Amino acid sequence: MMLRSLFAAALTALSFTVPALAQDGPLKIEITEGVIEPLPFAVPTFVAETAAADQYATDLASVVAADLQGTGLFRAISQDAFISSVTSFDAPVQYADWKAINAQALVTGAVSTTGDGQIIVKFRLFDVFSEQQMGEGLQFVGSMEGWRRMAHKVADAVYSRITGESAYFDSRVVYVSETGPKDARQKRLAIMDYDGANQQFLTDAQSIVLAPRFSPNGDRVLYTSYETGFPKIYVLDVATVGRRVLQDQPGTMSFAPRFAPNGQDVVFSLTTGSNTDIYKLNLATGAREQLTTQPSIETAPSYSPDGSQIVFESDRSGTQQLYVMDANGGEATRISFGQGRYGTPVWSPRGDLIAFTKQNRGRFHIGVMRVDGSEERLLTASFLDEGPTWAPNGRVIMFTRETAGAGGSSTLYSVDITGRNLRAIQQAGSDPSWSPLLQ
Amino acid sequence: MSGMNLMKLLSKSVLLIAALSLSACSSNPFDRLFGRGGDDAGAGANAPITSSALDPASPAYFSETIGDRVLFVVNESTLTDEARATLSQQAQWLLTNVSYSAIIEGHADEQGTREYNLALGARRAAAARDFLVAQGVADNRLQTVTFGKERPVAICSTEECYTKNRRAVTVISAGIGS
Repeated sequence: MMLRSLFAAALTALSFTVPALAQDGPLKIEITEGVIEPLPFAVPTFVAETAAADQYATDLASVVAADLQGTGLFRAISQDAFISSVTSFDAPVQYADWKAINAQALVTGAVSTTGDGQIIVKFRLFDVFSEQQMGEGLQFVGSMEGWRRMAHKVADAVYSRITGESAYFDSRVVYVSETGPKDARQKRLAIMDYDGANQQFLTDAQSIVLAPRFSPNGDRVLYTSYETGFPKIYVLDVATVGRRVLQDQPGTMSFAPRFAPNGQDVVFSLTTGSNTDIYKLNLATGAREQLTTQPSIETAPSYSPDGSQIVFESDRSGTQQLYVMDANGGEATRISFGQGRYGTPVWSPRGDLIAFTKQNRGRFHIGVMRVDGSEERLLTASFLDEGPTWAPNGRVIMFTRETAGAGGSSTLYSVDITGRNLRAIQQAGSDPSWSPLLQ
Repeated sequence: MSGMNLMKLLSKSVLLIAALSLSACSSNPFDRLFGRGGDDAGAGANAPITSSALDPASPAYFSETIGDRVLFVVNESTLTDEARATLSQQAQWLLTNVSYSAIIEGHADEQGTREYNLALGARRAAAARDFLVAQGVADNRLQTVTFGKERPVAICSTEECYTKNRRAVTVISAGIGS
């Protein structure tokens, strides 16, 4: 029963408080087992408090609305339906006007510019039917170029206050941008906001690059590149885009790197001859340790968030399956037992679930299971889904979906851990890695 | 050479021209191996350095007449009888033409996860390499590399293409190895 109730906590649904009389708590999206309508909310155009802030007033409100609506938990009410407009950030809220259009939540905001290229964004959140402000108003100060981040910060605060969950909008994703046909595909490391905006390239298209992975604080990226002609692991500094090879032992190949939660150890696969095993390297000392010794394939390692365990895939049983071992190696416990092959396990940042790729009867799935392998649930199904990565709050998974045939291409998708709200992110690419929440 | 017809001569001439033009624009063998700056990546990867295609000692002879690749069944790296026959001839060629070395590329079809396919491609390349070494080819003349599912030669999503992509390709280059 313990497992059941824990698992129920992974199922998101909505329930929200009804009008004032019955109100015994604030507006809240509850975690229950039902599936209810998304919560309707309104985000009027922010109040521009200086002339130069005009251009941001509409855009900020749009990004806040898109973030919330994109979760599938909220529904933005069209500005066309609004009865009142908000012309002063401090004027009293006309609750009746928002009740009339059934806005359960109202987000008001204001933006002003300073003389030195900064903008100041303020917001308040209101529970319309209980006629109360939810939490304190907040203010963010940042550069003008960073205005989208400030909108994400507002949306993060609204999401957290209503759901009680930590948020994920002010985050980035590093991935492999893909262009060209399947037999001459060009791959470049790229980074974008979680919603696909602000894409930037980190490498050129000269060499194949694979599977970038963020460091725990998002300052560095591990990835695999063929720039020497052989797959080797590199570590790239996100701010300077400087990079160095991490693993360059002659006659070997290395791939599938991931940081440990301490940001100092890196776990990865090293191939010598025909055998691929898992190794650990300390970035500070350069000390290397072999964690698996079987003649089978051991790859795709991922740490538990406390750093004490590693989940990985191996075909030691004859087919690809998932195993958990101590972070220092040693005996491993198999956790996947369903039909088909399991790969690319990734431990949730909450520690409660492991996301994976499953291949069964010619179809690919993204799924989640508890860390002991129980309660497996498949979230997607397609010709080829693979490579899950967790949102910082452990509620959403991004992954790669490839289409079949000679014209097949790769696109980034996201899905809730409930299996709902499947969305394509408008970027052709693969191998996403989600950053932690930005500071 | 008596069985060689006009068509084959012509196609080898084309290969030679491709090889010469690639040599002219780049001296780095990796540029050719990994298709930099060329839209004919297939021919580029398997093209000779400088040689006559009519010569049994040429890399073009190796790739066309002997066959530069062996194929594998799904998820396997075991050499088939056909693969062993091809590799035996490859070994003979390498034992005869001692001024060349080779990189063996291991590949997988798209029906697998990225990391697993890299490890599987490495197994296939190593299987081909180990066979050549067992036939007497010095192991310092042979290197292996895996491309996983990153470089298919056939792009449909059916077994007709997958069977061509599950391969180990012996790419000849000048030099006596490390």
